[in-house]
Amino acid sequence: MANTDNATTHAALTGHEEHDAHGEHAGHDEHADHGKPHGFWHRWLTSTNHKDIGTMYLVFSCIMFFIGGAHAMLIRAELFHPGLQFFDPGTFNTLTTYHGLIMIFGAIMPAFVGLANWMVPMMVGAPDMALPRMNNYSFWILPFAFALLIGSEFVPGGGGGTGWTIYPPLSVEQGYALPMMIFAIHMMGASSIMGAINVIVTIMNMRAPGMSLLRMPLFVWTWLITAFLLIAVMPVLAGAVTMLLTDHFFGTSFFNAAGGGDPVMFQHIFWFFGHPEVYIMILPAFGIISEIIPTFSRKPLFGYDAMIYATASIAFLSFIVWAHHMFTVGLPLASELFFMLSTMLIAIPTGVKVFNWVATMYRGSISYEPPMLWAVAFVFLFSIGGFSGLMLALAPADFQYQDTYFVVAHFHYVLLTGAAFGIMGGVYYWLPKWTGHMYNMTLAKWHFWMSAIWANVLFFPQHFLGLAGMPRRVPDYATQFTDWNVVSSIGGFAFGLSQILFVILLWQCARGGERATGRVWEGARGLEWELPSPAPYHSWTEAPSMATLERGAPMHQTHG
Amino acid sequence: MATTHPNSDKYYIPHGSPWPILGSVALFAIMAGAISYLNDWTGAWSFLPGPLLLAAMFFGWFSTVIGESQHGTYNQEVDRSFRMGMMWFIFSEVMFFAAFFGALFYARRLAVPWLGGEGVKVLNKLYLWKSYNPGWPTNGPAHVGGLSNGTFSVIPPFGLPAVNTLILLTSSLTVTIAHHGLRSGNRVLLKTFLALTFLLGFSFVSLQIHEYGEAYRELGLRLSTGIYGSTFFMLTGFHGLHVTIGATMLVVIWLRTMRGHFTPNHHFAFEAVAWYWHFVDVVWLGLFTFVYWL
Amino acid sequence: MKIKPRLLLATLAGLCPLLAAPAAHAAWTLNLTPGVDQVSRDIYGLHMLAFWWCVAIAVVVFGVMIYSMARFRHSRGVVADTGLTHNTRVEIIWTTIPVLILISMAVPAARVLVETTDASGSQMDIRVTGYQWRWTYEYVGTGVKFVSSLDRMSDAARQLGSTIDPYSVPHYLLNVDHPLVVPAGVKIRVLVTGGDVIHSWWVPDFGIKKDAIPGYVNEAWFDVDPDKLGTYRGQCAELCGRDHGFMPVVVKVVSKADFATWLKQQQEAEKTQPPTAATSTSASAAAPAAALAAPSG
Ligand code: HEA
Ligand code: HEA
Ligand code: CUA
Ligand SMILES: [Cu+2]
Repeated sequence: MANTDNATTHAALTGHEEHDAHGEHAGHDEHADHGKPHGFWHRWLTSTNHKDIGTMYLVFSCIMFFIGGAHAMLIRAELFHPGLQFFDPGTFNTLTTYHGLIMIFGAIMPAFVGLANWMVPMMVGAPDMALPRMNNYSFWILPFAFALLIGSEFVPGGGGGTGWTIYPPLSVEQGYALPMMIFAIHMMGASSIMGAINVIVTIMNMRAPGMSLLRMPLFVWTWLITAFLLIAVMPVLAGAVTMLLTDHFFGTSFFNAAGGGDPVMFQHIFWFFGHPEVYIMILPAFGIISEIIPTFSRKPLFGYDAMIYATASIAFLSFIVWAHHMFTVGLPLASELFFMLSTMLIAIPTGVKVFNWVATMYRGSISYEPPMLWAVAFVFLFSIGGFSGLMLALAPADFQYQDTYFVVAHFHYVLLTGAAFGIMGGVYYWLPKWTGHMYNMTLAKWHFWMSAIWANVLFFPQHFLGLAGMPRRVPDYATQFTDWNVVSSIGGFAFGLSQILFVILLWQCARGGERATGRVWEGARGLEWELPSPAPYHSWTEAPSMATLERGAPMHQTHG
Repeated sequence: MATTHPNSDKYYIPHGSPWPILGSVALFAIMAGAISYLNDWTGAWSFLPGPLLLAAMFFGWFSTVIGESQHGTYNQEVDRSFRMGMMWFIFSEVMFFAAFFGALFYARRLAVPWLGGEGVKVLNKLYLWKSYNPGWPTNGPAHVGGLSNGTFSVIPPFGLPAVNTLILLTSSLTVTIAHHGLRSGNRVLLKTFLALTFLLGFSFVSLQIHEYGEAYRELGLRLSTGIYGSTFFMLTGFHGLHVTIGATMLVVIWLRTMRGHFTPNHHFAFEAVAWYWHFVDVVWLGLFTFVYWL
Repeated sequence: MKIKPRLLLATLAGLCPLLAAPAAHAAWTLNLTPGVDQVSRDIYGLHMLAFWWCVAIAVVVFGVMIYSMARFRHSRGVVADTGLTHNTRVEIIWTTIPVLILISMAVPAARVLVETTDASGSQMDIRVTGYQWRWTYEYVGTGVKFVSSLDRMSDAARQLGSTIDPYSVPHYLLNVDHPLVVPAGVKIRVLVTGGDVIHSWWVPDFGIKKDAIPGYVNEAWFDVDPDKLGTYRGQCAELCGRDHGFMPVVVKVVSKADFATWLKQQQEAEKTQPPTAATSTSASAAAPAAALAAPSG
C-alpha cells in the first residue's frame, strides 16, 4: 500500500493541542511530504485538510445540536403544563423559530458536510477534497453566520418569531432581528453552495483510476445527488429572503397584495427550496444506512443499481411536490391534485430503498454493533415518519393535519430518528477510523437504547396531540392536551440527558482506548477500510492500486 | 502537503491559507455593516469595511492562485477541478436568477389576474379590490408607488434596452474573438478584443444607470412602484451588478494578458471569465424578452 | 423464532381498538373525530383508510425485518448468502404493489378533494377575517358583523405568571366572547381573508381549514347535519405573531328557527347602537399593517 504515514489524529476530535504537537514529531516520516501543520491556530484556522475541516464541521454541528436542543428543552418545559410558566408568547415563538433554524442549518446539514469531508476522499481514493481552500472557506463562514443568527435572538425587541419558514407578512413585521436572520441565511447558503460544489467536483474529478461511477459506495452517490440539490435550491432560498429584505426595507411589493404581489408567492419560492431541503437532510443518511447495513449483515447491498435510481428519482420528484406544504392556502383544484399525486409518488422510490435494506438483512449474518443498532432503528422509525408523511400527502386529510402536532411528529420522525439517527450511525461506524481507537461499547449501547426509547416517548404522543387538534407553534394549550404533553416533555428531557452520554463517549474515544484495526468491522468493505486507523493525514496521496481497489470495492461489485 | 513539482501528476493540495478565514471575516463584516445600517444603528460608512476586506481577500487569494498557476503548480486534473467548480457556481447563479424570474412569472400569470378576480378567484374582485383592472405592467390594486397620481410608465424595449442588448451581444462576440486570439497565439488580437469587451461591458452599465435615473425622475418607475417596479429593478439590478462584477473580472484578465499570462492551452481563468460573461449575456436576453418586451 | 412477528401483530391488534374507538377518557384522545358534516366524515374515512394501509404495510415490512433480524444472527452461526444481491421479479413486485396501494388511496382522496372545493348551491355567505389576534364575522347581506376574541377568563388565566389554574376555566383557550352562530342543515360558504398577516380558520368538526391571506379571499363551505346542534371549537392554524395561540374559533350550531331569531336580534342591536362591535372591526382595518388589505376604493 502506498500510504505508510502513521501520524496520529488523536487530537482530531478534540482539537487538543499537546497531543497534536507530539504526534507531529513522533509520527513524521521523511519521504511522506505531508505532516500536520504546527500550531493550533495555523492548523485549524487556515486548514486545507479535508479531515481537519471535516472534524471542525462535526464539532460545530455537535455544538449546534446542543444549542438547538437547549431551545427544544425550553419549549418542552413551557409545554409541560397548560398555562404560561416561563416565557411570554413572543419569546416562545422565538424559541421555536431558532430551534428549527439551528437544528436544520446548524446541526444536520453541517454534520453531513463534515461526514462528506472525512469520508468522500477516502472512499473514492483521493488525497483530499478537490478545492481545499474553498473547503476551509465554506466551513469558516458558518461560525460567523451562526453568530449573527443566534445574536439576533438577543437584540432589543427579541428574535424573529415567525417559525423557521419566515412567512410574510408576519416576517416583514419583525424588528431588528429580521435583517440579521436574513443575512445569516445568506451566509449559510453561500457556505452550503461552496460545500456542495466541492463535493461534486471531488466525486466527479478525483476518483482513483478504476473507481467507476457504478463502483462508488452509496454514501458517495447519495451525496453527489444531494450536492446537486443543494446547488439548485440554496440560491432560490437566498432569492426568497432577499425579496423579504427589500419588501421590509425598500418598499418592494413582492408579497404585498396592494402592490400586486402575493404573500403566497413567498411560500411557493420558499418551499421550492424547502422541500428539496428536507431530502437534502435525508439522502446522505440513506447513504450512511446503505453502508452500515451490508457491513453488519456481512452481505452486499441488495439492489445497488436500484438504490441509485431510487435516490435519483426522489431527488427529481422533490422539485415538483413543494406545494404539499400549502394545501390550505387556497390553491386551485388542479394544483392541489397535481401536488397531492406527485407527493404520493415519492413513497415508491422510498419504499424501494426500505425494501432493499430489509432484503440486505434477509439471509445475511447479522451482528448488532452500535452502528447497526442505529441503522435498524433508522429503518423502523424513518418508515413511521414516512407513513405519516404519506397521510399528510392526501390533501383533504391534510386539511385536518396541517399546522398541528401531527406534522411536528411527522417531521421529527424523519429528521430526528431519520436524519439525526443516520448521522449517529455514521459517527459510530467511522469513529474508530478517525481516532484510531475503539469506543466504549457499553456506553455506546446505553446511548443508543436511551435515545431510541426516549425519542419515541417524546414524539409518538405528538401524533395523538395533533389528531386531537393541538396546533403547533403555540406556547399554551387547552387542558385536554395536557396528558400527552406531559409524556412528551418527559421523553424530551430524558432524550436530552441521554445525549450527554454521547459527548462522554466521543471525548473518551478521542483521547484513547483500544487500538482499532484498519478494517475495524469484520464485514466492512470499501476503500476507507484499506487505510490504517487512524487514517493518515492525507488520505490517498497516491491512488490505491488495482488490487486495493478490488479488495476494497463495494461488495456489490465483487459478488455481483 | 508541500508543493508538488511543476506539472507533476500529483494533485496539488495547498498548504494552509489565510485567505479563506479572512474571507469569512469579510463576509461577516459586510453583513454586519449592512445590518447595522438597515437597523439605523450606524451610518452609511458601515458599508465600507466589509467590501474593503473582501477586496483584500480576493486580491490575496487570487494572487496566490495566479502565482501558483504561473509556476506550473497545477496539473490537468487541478485545472479540471477549477473548471467544474466554475460551472457549478454559474449554475447556482442561474438558480438565483430563477427565483426572481419565478416571482415575475408568478406575479404576471397568477397573482395579478387573481387580484383582478380572474376565474375561481372572482371573490377577490367582489369583496376586496372592486375597481381593480388587472393587466401588465401594474403597481397593484392600491397603486403603490409611482408618480403622485399613482401612475407610472415603463421603459420602451426598443430604445436604450435594445441598444444594450446589442452591446452585450457584441461583447459576447468580442470575448470569443479574444479567445480565438489566445488560442492561436495572436496576443494583439487577444488584448484588443478583451479590452473592447470590458469597455462594452462598462458602457452597458452606464447606459443602465442613465436609464434608471430617467425611470426614477420622470417615469415614476421605482423600486417601490408595486410589483412591476419590484420585479423590474430587482432583476435588472442584480443583472447589472453581475455585469459590473464580470467586467471587473475582464479587466483583471486583461491586466494579466498585458503581463504575458496565459498560454494557448492553459488559461482556465480566461475561460472562467468568458463563461461568466456569456452567462450574464444569456440572463440579459431573458430580461430583455420578459421584462422589457413581452 | 416465528413468534416475533406474531407478537408484533398481537400488540398492534391490541392497540387498534384504542385508535378506532372514540376514547372513553377525553384527555387521552388518540384520533381525529369524524366531525359533524359530510366533508369531515369523508376526510375521517380517508384518514382511517390511509392509517390502516400504513399499519398493514408496517406489519408486512417490519415483520420481514424483525424475522430477518432474529433469524439470521451472526451469533447463531448463520452464514450470509452473499450471492443474494438482486432479484428482478421481487423488485418488480415491490414497485407495483405500492403503486396499487397508492391508487387505492388517491382515488378517494381526489374525490373528497373535489367535494371540498365545490361550494356551489350554498345558501349563505359569511365573511371571516383574521386579525392579530381575533376574528371578525360578517353575515353577508344582513348587516350583522362582529368581533370574536378570546373570552375574558381564559385571557386572564393565560397571562404569564397568572395564578389562575387553567383547569378552573371552562374551555380554557377554546372559548370566545362572541361565537359564530350558524344554522344546521344549511350549506354555508365562508369567505376567509386576512386583515394583517396570514391566519388560518380551522374548525376540525367541519373538516375546514382555510388560510386567511391578506389581500385575497379564499372560500370554503360546510353543511352541518340537522341533528348535530352544539358548539364546535377550533383554533387559528397559522402562526400569526405573539398571540397566535390565543385566537380560537367557536361556532355555535343552532336550528334554523333559532338562527332566524338570533339574526333578527342582532340586526335590531346593530340598529339601536351602531358604534359597537361593527366599528371596532373597521377601526382595526385602519391599523397600519391592515391598510394593505383595505380596498383602495
Ligand atoms: C428529512 C426530512 C423529511 C422527509 C424525508 C420527509 C418525507 C416526506 N414528507 Fe415531510 N416534512 C418534513 C420533513 C421531511 N419529510 C418537514 C420538516 C416538514 C414540515 C415543515 C414545516 O412546516 O415546518 C414536513 C411536512 C410535510 C408535509 C406538509 C404537512 C403540513 O404542513 O400540512 C407533507 C404533506 O404532504 C409531507 C409529506 C412527506 C412525504 C409524502 C414524504 C415521503 O418522502 C415519505 C416516503 C416514505 C414512506 C412512505 C415510508 C417508506 C415506504 C414504504 C415502506 C413503501 C410502501 C409505502 C406505501 C405504498 C405507502 N411532509
Ligand atoms: C433536524 C432537526 C430537528 C431536531 C434534531 C429536533 C429535535 C427536537 N425537537 Fe424539534 N423542530 C425542528 C427540527 C428538529 N427538532 C423543526 C424544523 C421544527 C419546526 C420549527 C418551526 O415551527 O418553525 C421543530 C419544532 C419542534 C417543536 C414544536 C414547537 C412548536 O411548534 O412550537 C417541538 C416541541 O416539542 C420540538 C421538540 C424537539 C425536541 C424535544 C427535540 C430533541 O430531540 C432535542 C434533543 C437534544 C438535546 C436536548 C440537546 C442535547 C442535550 C443537552 C443540551 C443536555 C442538557 C439536557 C437537559 C437540560 C435535559 N421541535
Ligand atoms: Cu391567527 Cu394564528
Ligand atoms: Cu415537503
